[in-house]
Amino acid sequence: MSHPSEAKKFVKNENRVNWHDQSLWHVREKRDKAVNLFPEWEQLREKASQIKSHSLSNLDYYLEEFEKNATANGIKVHWASDAIEHNEIVFNIFREHGVRRIVKSKSMLTEECHLNPFLEKHGVEVIDSDLGERIVQLAKETPSHIVMPAIHKKKIEIDELFQKHLHTRPSNGDENYLTAAAREHLRQKFMKADAALTGVNFGIAETGEFVVCTNEGNADMGVHLTPLHIASMGIEKIIPRYEDLGVFIRLLARSATGQHVTTYTSQFRKPREGAELHIILVDNGRTVQLGREKYRRSLHCIRCGACMNTCPVYRRSGGHSYQSVVPGPIGSILSPGIDMKKHASLPFASSLCGSCSDVCPVKIDIHKQLYSWRQDITREANEEPAKKFSMRFAGWLFTHPNLYKKAGKFGRKALKILPRWMIYNSLNAWGKQREIPEPPKQSFQEWYQQNRQKNG
Amino acid sequence: MANSGYERYSTKTMELFVNNFSEYDYVVAPSGSCVYHIRKHYDILKQTPEVQKIREKTLDICEFLVNHATTDALKSSFPYKVGLHQSCHGQRGLRFAKSSEVVGEPFSIVSQLLEKVEGIELIDLQRADECCGFGGTFAVAEEAVSVKMGKDRIQDHILNGAQVITGTDMSCLMHMEGIIRRRKLPLRIMHISEILNHTEQHEPSV
Amino acid sequence: MGKAEILKAIKKNKPEKLPIPSLDFPSSNGQDLKTLYEERLTAGGGEVISAKDKAEAEAIVKERMGDYKFVAGAFEALNTIDLSAIRDPHELELLDLAVFEGVLGVAENGAIWVNEEVLVHRAAPFITQHLVLFIREDQLVDKMHEAYKRLRAHDYGHGVFIAGPSKTADIEQSLVIGAHGPKSLLVIMLPPA
Repeated sequence: MSHPSEAKKFVKNENRVNWHDQSLWHVREKRDKAVNLFPEWEQLREKASQIKSHSLSNLDYYLEEFEKNATANGIKVHWASDAIEHNEIVFNIFREHGVRRIVKSKSMLTEECHLNPFLEKHGVEVIDSDLGERIVQLAKETPSHIVMPAIHKKKIEIDELFQKHLHTRPSNGDENYLTAAAREHLRQKFMKADAALTGVNFGIAETGEFVVCTNEGNADMGVHLTPLHIASMGIEKIIPRYEDLGVFIRLLARSATGQHVTTYTSQFRKPREGAELHIILVDNGRTVQLGREKYRRSLHCIRCGACMNTCPVYRRSGGHSYQSVVPGPIGSILSPGIDMKKHASLPFASSLCGSCSDVCPVKIDIHKQLYSWRQDITREANEEPAKKFSMRFAGWLFTHPNLYKKAGKFGRKALKILPRWMIYNSLNAWGKQREIPEPPKQSFQEWYQQNRQKNG
Repeated sequence: MANSGYERYSTKTMELFVNNFSEYDYVVAPSGSCVYHIRKHYDILKQTPEVQKIREKTLDICEFLVNHATTDALKSSFPYKVGLHQSCHGQRGLRFAKSSEVVGEPFSIVSQLLEKVEGIELIDLQRADECCGFGGTFAVAEEAVSVKMGKDRIQDHILNGAQVITGTDMSCLMHMEGIIRRRKLPLRIMHISEILNHTEQHEPSV
Repeated sequence: MGKAEILKAIKKNKPEKLPIPSLDFPSSNGQDLKTLYEERLTAGGGEVISAKDKAEAEAIVKERMGDYKFVAGAFEALNTIDLSAIRDPHELELLDLAVFEGVLGVAENGAIWVNEEVLVHRAAPFITQHLVLFIREDQLVDKMHEAYKRLRAHDYGHGVFIAGPSKTADIEQSLVIGAHGPKSLLVIMLPPA
């Protein structure tokens, strides 16, 4: 199972690919429109990148400062080295409180920790409350995009899904009707939940508070009604100063969807009276990535998804083709850091066009990191011997000019006289849907010797 | 080779290139991606004066013409509707043009050159600078996506009335030409130097 | 547990300390903040109406109420529910309309800051079917940088920037207003104090 084979399946349905591509391109265009409204955009990106670089270079200090200030605010701070520890912390808190039903707002970190199946195994009902996440949860799928989890689903498919699970009437994919149905369904869940779980967009060391951004208001609906709120935060989400928020809030929604800000930017400093507020600081491979100089900057990521919307490969292969929690360009540099063998094909799922790096609000050099991963993967992971051999062979051929010339001459001749089936067959991936360039009669060197040197 | 993750097997080729070309004042290439490779990826070699010089003096033909030659003498004429394919390595890698993601004043040394050509009509595209899907071995390893990207790129040019697609990078052009010829589409591919070299004396080539 | 282990790993793996940048974004002097605010909130699905004073604002709300049964918030005369008398936030489920005074508004994105002190219940502006916020023109700032400069002096347990009605585009990117929270947001703009 690799990206090319999954992508090939996705590309087969060309109408659907066009639809998927256009939906995401539309978001990219909205982003362009929003960011071009003010001239300091590039300066904001630069500042954001510098803040993140500084923060990572002093991460231990800021995490401890965060813990100190949050604790003083009455928040209970936990630390988890990996997904298993994270899930156990969550479940232990639930057990203490007798929690049986929870509502959860979008959190890529809990996806990364595979929290849902863990809790369900222990008899806790988990309801994803973001509409997109609820859709994929009902469909027993995973999010195909980190901001728009159900971007791969057509209205009519959602209609059928809701008929089955929410007993709606067929509406031919009427988004107003379907959203209203989900609203009723989820309001019931909010009213009955024993606890609420959220992710974290930013944790501020200076004030010991954290920020959760949503458009639907689902995070807030959950946490303000239940007596227990647990927030899960990757340790890289820490920013040093309160004022730094100004930079990131300005960048986040514009990059993500082209909105000027998310509808709700909710800031949690203290627990509600009579309620408990917990935050879990999660490593799960982040400190290892911190130690990889070439890939360190991937930890700047604020999970806006802009690199997915702009990526010409993502748009045409779909989020699921990446088979990793975070898909797209950013996923392709994060996932090999977690499991290089499993995700070996991802850094190659790119034409290295560099659009991801230019769109990234925190200036992660994504396409350069993709290039670096390629070097590391071919060195360390088990590559197919055929490819390895051909690369070695090419390296050898290119350094033997006479042989190269002869090979070229032979190639040009061969292309002319060989029957078409010998050139265009299943071994020739280039020629499946493309012609090979018409062989020139002579090489540039031969032409130059004939035409220019003698006149010289 | 390097983009495929085998940079290490290419050092000998790199050294050979340095040996062959280090005596020249400039090395000019019809391909932004080759130039990008030399300028950005020759960092794995020992940085001898020759290597440093070659990294600096290897230029794409557009860069060379705009910055190091006088283009007033160009008597190019090309009275056709032309779509410009901004190749990614030149545009985002070597900053020949502002990419559409970046906020700022637009510029493009490639369009700057094409605008000097008499009679040419440069068309606008729906997506100004989307990748064509070549991407080196990507074209083969991710054949399905690569071809779809190429088809979409060409379609944008067709919808906007291009008779010719031009660009600075041979590899992108070869990829798109392969698709055009297979699908027998009604437009041609020409490298920018062919257009710049095109004068009224030539028979119309479209 | 994980703490010692995580901190140890960071100390070992982090790079040398890098500088923290100063944030000195110029404020946009002379810009008509009210017009910009209106434009941006409208883009986010909200509505802005100007009123000459609080009495007029109250009259606007009263007219909007129609047959709403359960109203709570800043205009006492209109209230059918006393927020401070409610213990369990679940009871707020029946709220048709909530009205609050905003603390601060941001022109560049249409957001208004409200906190627990104003809201009484954190859940109130989310669970209500419709929401009205009113704010004085001189409480508008241009950008988020200025907003956070001012909020620095505030102490709050919870606060939120609200920039429109609750919305979603999770079904084929079609915008639908009223995902979980309010189906409408009306902002009433009052003249400077």
